[in-house]
Amino acid sequence: MSTLPKTMFEKVWENHVVVPETADTPAVLFIDLHLTHEVTTPQAYTELRARGLKLRRPDLTLATMDHSTPTRTEQVFGGVPIAVDSAAKQVQQLEINAREFGVELFNLQDSRRGIVHIIGPELGITQPGKTIVCGDSHTSTHGAFGALAFGIGTTEVGHVLATQCLLQRRPKTFAINVLNQLPKGVTAKDLILAIIGRIGVSGGTGYVLEYRGAAIEKMSMDERMTICNMSIEAGARAGMIAPDATTFEYLAQTPRAPKGEAWDAAVERWSKLPSDAGATFDRSIDIDASALVPMVTYGTHPGMVAPITGSVPAQGDALFEKALKYMGLKAGEPIVNVPVNNVFIGSCTNGRLSDLRNAARVLRGHKLAAGVKMLVVPGSQAVKRAAEAEGLHTVFLDAGAEWRESGCSMCLGMNGDLVPAGHYSISTSNRNFEGRQGQGARTLLASPETAAASAIRGRVTDPREFAN
Amino acid sequence: MPAIKTIRSRTVALPATNVDTDQIIPARFLTSTSKSGFGKHLFADWRYDAAGNPKPDFVLNRPEAKGAAILVAGRNIGCGSSREHAPWALQDFGFQAVISTEFADIFRTNCLKNGLLPVVVDDQTHAWLLANPGVELDIDVESTALTLPDGTQVTFPLEGFARYCLLNGVDELGFLVSQNAAISAYEQSHR
Repeated sequence: MSTLPKTMFEKVWENHVVVPETADTPAVLFIDLHLTHEVTTPQAYTELRARGLKLRRPDLTLATMDHSTPTRTEQVFGGVPIAVDSAAKQVQQLEINAREFGVELFNLQDSRRGIVHIIGPELGITQPGKTIVCGDSHTSTHGAFGALAFGIGTTEVGHVLATQCLLQRRPKTFAINVLNQLPKGVTAKDLILAIIGRIGVSGGTGYVLEYRGAAIEKMSMDERMTICNMSIEAGARAGMIAPDATTFEYLAQTPRAPKGEAWDAAVERWSKLPSDAGATFDRSIDIDASALVPMVTYGTHPGMVAPITGSVPAQGDALFEKALKYMGLKAGEPIVNVPVNNVFIGSCTNGRLSDLRNAARVLRGHKLAAGVKMLVVPGSQAVKRAAEAEGLHTVFLDAGAEWRESGCSMCLGMNGDLVPAGHYSISTSNRNFEGRQGQGARTLLASPETAAASAIRGRVTDPREFAN
Repeated sequence: MPAIKTIRSRTVALPATNVDTDQIIPARFLTSTSKSGFGKHLFADWRYDAAGNPKPDFVLNRPEAKGAAILVAGRNIGCGSSREHAPWALQDFGFQAVISTEFADIFRTNCLKNGLLPVVVDDQTHAWLLANPGVELDIDVESTALTLPDGTQVTFPLEGFARYCLLNGVDELGFLVSQNAAISAYEQSHR
């Protein structure tokens, strides 16, 4: 039987079709893993209760707390109440819902808790070939393992809770071919920012991205997750990377990956997932990794990004001017002249152990510049323990930074970790939208290395000046 | 979900492109566990000053915005976070339809799931609507067309199933639950 060459996306999609799509109806797509958190689920459970529906597959559902949870140790473990009353209630509601519907929950004090997109991979439940959803747009992160993973709204969270399925139209495919290797001192974060700058913040709308090429193949899983995480910042609900030996080595170390014979069978299955030679994509672009330098955003969406060696561009339309006014920047201003008041290392984009190592390597032996505040927030409690085991926390504390419990923290202003109005925040997170880190906050997205170097100088700084 | 067949209303124009869902409803309002009450926080950081007073020059605060049920938004409306609180806030404020040249994927899905009609129009129609805020439009879901004040009809794309659900107030969860036999069969064959 001859078959046409298929993309990885097509293989995963076809393997999950419960009812094929027709001209009149979308496909019924089976979901292998439903990750949930406190912010986007309460209304879905209310709906299930109202209809007398049960959770269909508790075994494929996991809950954690990350978005509205505090990161101060005394609030997480010391019995000091969560400052925001509604956040405290939301966290409580998740406990009630998890108990009533039978969902495994990592509560606030659980040693396995963390940002939902950090803990899925860490546990080994994020696996190649799975369909993975969560009421969070950064679910695209899990695509780094060759999973089809995308964010959904709360109504769809209810659909998955009740039926383990979603109604979906098949998206188009978009190959991002990353040619050559990144130069020394240029990171996965710089690459994805450059890709978003190139295709724009809606360039991926309607598509599933597949990141391919030599630079991607050489990357660690942590780096691949940083890349796939920000697919949504280019408008794509999902981004995927072919599973390979790097993927299998990572998963082999995780507690919930298959073991023994089941592992061997899984690896055999996963090895067939990469796109076939000759598979066609609806769209493709080539990016030369070797030409890149560290990237920093200067505006109010992630597509407004420039090389750190460059300047704020002059574009001139009213919206561009509005964004620069919000940022307090002028066209033509060198990026390295932008002051930094606040530094945030963390988030589902760059809150993994290697991110903390990279920031610490730059920061070691230095102090924060006068007036600079820095928050280092591990992506999970496991990342926190691993970082402490190798003494990374002392590097941050010695420099004058704060070392916190895991959570989404300062990536989004809903848990008490806020950037004051007017302050410049260099942040390893994913969104520089107006007010994202606090009302009036001015966010500059960058890699952990660039954030750490900027913390030392108190202005945007090329981390390659601290190369070692 | 209530059925929607036609929408007749004045428009409000918000021409900014790439309006993200953090602007539509800032994260600090997402700690609610209910779907209602988000309208007062819609575009909170654009709508109110630091003291919480309405900014008189922001479009939603102007007298002509009162009662308007159609929002004409710039290209790529609803990008960023998947928060369904964004369509909840728009609906709670009184909007029944959003018109743009391009919708972010998750936002568009979330709108449809709540009966907030996403209407994609061509650049020329869009430019005219942005330049002429406050006009009265008719939107017909059955024929997937909007009628401009001069009688010109502009059709818009709407996937058949979504159209059916809107017209009949059919709720997708009910439809999915009705697929139980197929889902069970899939589960059996993929153990």
